[in-house]
Amino acid sequence: MATYIVRRLIGAVLLLFVVSIVTFTIFFLVPRLGGATADDLASRYVGKTAGAEQIHQMAVKLGFTDPLWVQYGRFVGGLFVGADYSTGPTTVHCPAPCFGYSFITQNPVLPDLLDRLPVTLSLAAGGAVIWLLFGVATGVLSALRKGSVFDRAAMSVALAGVSLPIFFTGLLSLSIFSYGLGITPPGGSYVPFTENPLQWAYSLILPWITLAFLYAAGYARLTRAGMLETMNEDYIRTARAKGLPERTVVVKHGLRAALTPIVTIFGLDLGLLLGGAVLTESTFSLPGLGKYAVDAIVNNDLPKVLGVTLVAAAFIVFANLVVDLLYAVIDPRVRVA
Amino acid sequence: MRRKPLVAAVAVTAALTMGLSACGGGTGGSSSTTAAAFNAGVGKVFNPSDAKGGTIRIANSGDWDSLDPADTYYAYSWNFVRLYGRSLVMFASAPGADGAKLVPDLAESLGVPSDNAKTWTYKLRKGVKYEDGSAVTAKDVKYAVERSLDKDTYPNGPTYFNDFLDLQGYTSPYKDSDPNKLGLKAIDTPDDQTIVFHLLKPFSGFDYFAQLPATIPVPQAKDTGTKYKEHVVATGPYKFESNNLGKNFTLVRNDQWDPKTDPNRKALPDKYEVSLNVNADDIDNRLISGDLDVDIAGSGVQPAAQGRVLGDQALKANADSATVARIWYTSINGDVAPLDNVHCRRAVEYATDKVGYQNAYGGPTGGEIATNLLPPVIPGAEKFNQYPAGPDNKGDVAKAKEELQQCGQPNGFTTNIAYRSERPKEKASAEALQQSLAKAGITLNIKPFPTGDYFKLYAGKPDYAKSNGLGLMLNGWGADWPDGFGFLSQIVDSRVIRASGGNTNLSVKDPAVDALVDKALSTTDTAAREKTWVDVDKKVMDDAYVLPGVWAKGLLYRPKNLTNVFVTDGFQMYDYLALGTTRK
Repeated sequence: MATYIVRRLIGAVLLLFVVSIVTFTIFFLVPRLGGATADDLASRYVGKTAGAEQIHQMAVKLGFTDPLWVQYGRFVGGLFVGADYSTGPTTVHCPAPCFGYSFITQNPVLPDLLDRLPVTLSLAAGGAVIWLLFGVATGVLSALRKGSVFDRAAMSVALAGVSLPIFFTGLLSLSIFSYGLGITPPGGSYVPFTENPLQWAYSLILPWITLAFLYAAGYARLTRAGMLETMNEDYIRTARAKGLPERTVVVKHGLRAALTPIVTIFGLDLGLLLGGAVLTESTFSLPGLGKYAVDAIVNNDLPKVLGVTLVAAAFIVFANLVVDLLYAVIDPRVRVA
Repeated sequence: MRRKPLVAAVAVTAALTMGLSACGGGTGGSSSTTAAAFNAGVGKVFNPSDAKGGTIRIANSGDWDSLDPADTYYAYSWNFVRLYGRSLVMFASAPGADGAKLVPDLAESLGVPSDNAKTWTYKLRKGVKYEDGSAVTAKDVKYAVERSLDKDTYPNGPTYFNDFLDLQGYTSPYKDSDPNKLGLKAIDTPDDQTIVFHLLKPFSGFDYFAQLPATIPVPQAKDTGTKYKEHVVATGPYKFESNNLGKNFTLVRNDQWDPKTDPNRKALPDKYEVSLNVNADDIDNRLISGDLDVDIAGSGVQPAAQGRVLGDQALKANADSATVARIWYTSINGDVAPLDNVHCRRAVEYATDKVGYQNAYGGPTGGEIATNLLPPVIPGAEKFNQYPAGPDNKGDVAKAKEELQQCGQPNGFTTNIAYRSERPKEKASAEALQQSLAKAGITLNIKPFPTGDYFKLYAGKPDYAKSNGLGLMLNGWGADWPDGFGFLSQIVDSRVIRASGGNTNLSVKDPAVDALVDKALSTTDTAAREKTWVDVDKKVMDDAYVLPGVWAKGLLYRPKNLTNVFVTDGFQMYDYLALGTTRK
């Protein structure tokens, strides 16, 4: 098992390395292939009345006039040994791992990422708990009462959940519960857990439910399909024939087998969300990684884009690793090589 | 369910206040009202009050470009910066046209010109202090202007001082060999209260430069360069209590601010709480529900809320339609044949469906049909219409065809029209133009370009526009300040066109226009200068290099708890310096 984990971790590091190269290439090489010069790229980061000389000075300052491999090397070097940046009157050292300074705000990227990570973690974790509980429970009950009113109603709601975009359900829920009934806080009310845990939960309850509504729908449908298939297996019939209580048959034998694909999807979903729940954060004005990524992309702010991409990729890789390890726990048939 | 009783209560309150309150009081003797009504904050003060206290809650749908006075270039930021910084001169805190008038702030009076307006002198008020209690001196103002010249460090701010001061090679105090970092020869500080600016060429409107945030003093010992935005040292009535970049910041009272040195600020609220990167639609919802006081951008509510506000009389009574010093227009590129012929350009002018153009921007709520360049909100602006678009304003095809005959293109011609792909209103405008010009035989091929690089690489880059046959280019321009120079200089003066791109103007290239611009720059008499800017407008329209579309308007919403609410022509949004709140 230890060898397997080490092998996967090495693979993860290599994957992150590739992700950084691809992101860097898309940002710099593609415009160059389209004919953009270093000054063209730098013109995005100067004021609207900047002349050619000022644009060129910015290109030099940001390192765009250097060969691409030198620029990438500088980025990687920053990750391992840090880098120095001018603030104007002084030069400051950005300690390793240095993700660079924003081209727009001239702030170091890593503190920004660390600052926003708890928001995204809070959103993803809370939402995941809700959607997993409700999604799986609804799916199991629907499967056990196939064709009933409950099953049909639950699957209709699930279909609505999957179909409605979160910027619609989010704004609608804000309009009803925050501005209409006044029982939930307005958007942008995030309170850190460390400041006040109750307020933290209160500020996130609507984003959690909205996010969970979207995801729970998918999990309910997936669980229902899995359970329907599993409950028709021979070993379920055998379990019942052995006289096991129905609760044990359903939970221990049926649900356990149906959980494998759910855990796989859950790992991917959670990993993706930890890299930034873009729409949810934007709708509820939560200062998380997703909102940060959107702003970075809109502003062509490469250091920020790179930073958030690497963090998101790391979460996805890590989540996949955890899922693979969990397979062995959930399903005794699975054994690592 | 909550709204109806609330509306009824508001209606009763409004009726009572209409009967009980008298006009006046509050703000500078301007006309005022307490009766909630559409446009109650336009041209007069709505809900005047001198009551202090409370917190004003503000949101911004994006990030601030920078809180550093040297590095900011948004109108809302220049409006807001007056709360924590004092520039030499400022726009008066007054409704309507009075708000576009300059008044001394840190200086005792407006600038005194000499040497044919090439030298400008200001005397500073005595007793002005920073938040730490130290005195503000003329050297601090000089240092502030010096650092704003450094565009490597502060790329966002305007370049007026770079362009007009006699720099003699000076680039930055951070590269200055002078031990006090005050080596710029273009600014003298003969004593602690006097500052003298030496320009390269005459400029009659230098007071407009003196109102730029770049003249807000910065103590050299406290300058942290790019980090200064994290804590600007205040000279205004408020100082920073906290500042979480990209998320939020808070201003509280600056106890070192002395109202005796400041006739311009009431400083009513105790605190300002500003949230950044808030969903734009959510901002509108919060304004309407009373959970928020100000949308700092000041450009008006989003389309979703616009329909809601205008469709509900109770909500509409809390809204103001502000005319903005901004025009949505189309550049007609004389570098692209056959538009190098003035008659072909005039054919485009005549054939345009002006109503269609206006509808693309949301109809009359989105703006007024523009017939020339200078928006009505610019002091001295004149409306004129050289190319009437027929009795229904939907295009005069007969006149267009006459012009096409004179142009040698009796059957019309084909050209390209560029617009910013992420802007649906520009797409709709391009389609409206395509339809209306087709009636005269002019075929337009619509070419979208990415918004972020539109001016830098495509429609603002002369070589690209010419070689790719961009005959028409959709465009928009807002004044840096409401005056002829602030509005026109960047869009009609051919000498500001840069081969490197980033130009708002590519089309207007007329030496006669340039000469008129120079004449306006050296005319110190205000009325004569304003007349010259109108002459510039008329010449550009006669050349038909610009197809005016819409003079923009913004639908602003004012929550009920706000006091002293009015739209100032200085920034064409609510005056943030005047606002108070009844919410304690």
